[in-house]
Amino acid sequence: MMGRQTNLTPRPVIEVAHLWAGYGNEAVLEDINLTVYERDFIGLMGPNGGGKTTLLKVLLGLLPSTRGSVRVMGQPVATGRKHIGYVPQQVEFDRNFPVSVWEVTRMGRLGRRGLLHRYTAEDNAIVERVLRQVEMLELRKRPIGALSGGQRQRVYIARALATAPEILLLDEPTASVDPQVSNSIYDLLQELNAHITILMISHDVGAISTYVKTVGCLNRRLFYHHEKNLPPAALEQAYQCPVELIAHGIPHRVFPVHEGARER
Amino acid sequence: MGQAIGEALQFAFMRHALLAGLLVSVACGIIGAYVVINRIVFISGGIAHAAYGGIGLGYLLGFNPVLGAIAFSLVAALGMGTVQRKTKERSDTLIGVMWAMGMALGIVFIDLSAGYKADLMSYLFGSILTVPTSDILIMVGLDAVILLLVVLFYRELLAVSFDETFATVTNVPVNAIYLLLVTMIAFTVVMLMRVVGLIMVIAMLTIPAAISGQFIRDLKWMMAGAVILGMCFTTVGLWLSYSWNLTSGATIILVAGTAYLLSLAVKAGLMRKQRS
Repeated sequence: MMGRQTNLTPRPVIEVAHLWAGYGNEAVLEDINLTVYERDFIGLMGPNGGGKTTLLKVLLGLLPSTRGSVRVMGQPVATGRKHIGYVPQQVEFDRNFPVSVWEVTRMGRLGRRGLLHRYTAEDNAIVERVLRQVEMLELRKRPIGALSGGQRQRVYIARALATAPEILLLDEPTASVDPQVSNSIYDLLQELNAHITILMISHDVGAISTYVKTVGCLNRRLFYHHEKNLPPAALEQAYQCPVELIAHGIPHRVFPVHEGARER
Repeated sequence: MGQAIGEALQFAFMRHALLAGLLVSVACGIIGAYVVINRIVFISGGIAHAAYGGIGLGYLLGFNPVLGAIAFSLVAALGMGTVQRKTKERSDTLIGVMWAMGMALGIVFIDLSAGYKADLMSYLFGSILTVPTSDILIMVGLDAVILLLVVLFYRELLAVSFDETFATVTNVPVNAIYLLLVTMIAFTVVMLMRVVGLIMVIAMLTIPAAISGQFIRDLKWMMAGAVILGMCFTTVGLWLSYSWNLTSGATIILVAGTAYLLSLAVKAGLMRKQRS
């Protein structure tokens, strides 16, 4: 696992340098440096309020940075974001919303053509392919509100895939689904990772230890060294990531055994 | 009953009223569906009440109050739409302030204008029985414009309504689409003003779409259902108001409101049946 990234030609898809961002005068992100290489599968953790969602917003061009630079596929975010397939966190939504699985997925094609253009046969072919990929083609006529949480998450992944992205950006993809369904979603992501770079925010340490290639920890500042193992002492001091909690009792450890953790 | 309707339709004003009811139902059903799924009933109410300022200005400066209502509702729609989009907090407070100020401006303008203001009440409570041919033609035109715009931008309107953030990220012009929507709401409000009056506009904008949306999970068919329901409510309401000599706008709203309450009961019954 560790040696994998050195076998690839390291083409950077996202380059963040000395990024500062926040709301009003309050900086949420401080001096973030992050280079994401092609075909990586990064799991990003960190405490609530640590800036995970803020970082996603900056990468998607939804929030301007106050300092520093962000490039996606070598372009500024406003144009580079068309290479990003975004899978939002599942939030409360209107279960009566009159839209079908097919229509939601096809929204991924909308930005690919200008206004006043109808969806083409090619669009429909792509939508069919991505729905098959996430195993939701049979339910394409279902209203989105009639799906389970896991099924809906698959549709959102399909919608992101329909944009023909180089990078998938996922915000807590399994926040509201049960563990079995989570695993099937992570299996799907791992499959997709053969062709697409993935950057995922997650609290799910089990998943991060099992499925991702590299791990980062974000608490205002980012700790990321293109590795899967993070030194716990540094993490605890600088990033307040709950090391003992998350490394305990997990078969594939993210962190080496933390000396002294048990004595406390 | 058939005879009574035939008798009523011998009057030109009743034919006009019926036609006006059918015409506004088209705009109401289509735009109402967007209002309901976007949850912008409050903005729609604000647009309707702010339109009163334009009516007052028309009286004061001596031009057709309907033109003033169009101008004020457009300004209110764009202003409230922008506030909703740009301010993160308290947008509802700001919209509420604009709502009240539009209404207050109308009242002060009318205070300042001289002369007898007989038909003032008709803008507040509707006057479907006095719709002139020119207004019918305006309604036909507005229906046509709304239909055309919705057909052209159906995909974008659906995407922005469903998930604004995703639409933004895929570079759909979300702001422009949103302002297009509030503009169409303003047009619809002005049409509805004639039929049910400004105060009851929200009811006609939301009730047909809300009922339809309870049973239909496809936006196009939800709109179609809302249009048909709106036509039924205006026609039945009109007939009841004619035969019982009641205010037509209020009667139409009561018919629609009763239907909505019934639909909630039917829906609850269906849900229970599904579960057992």
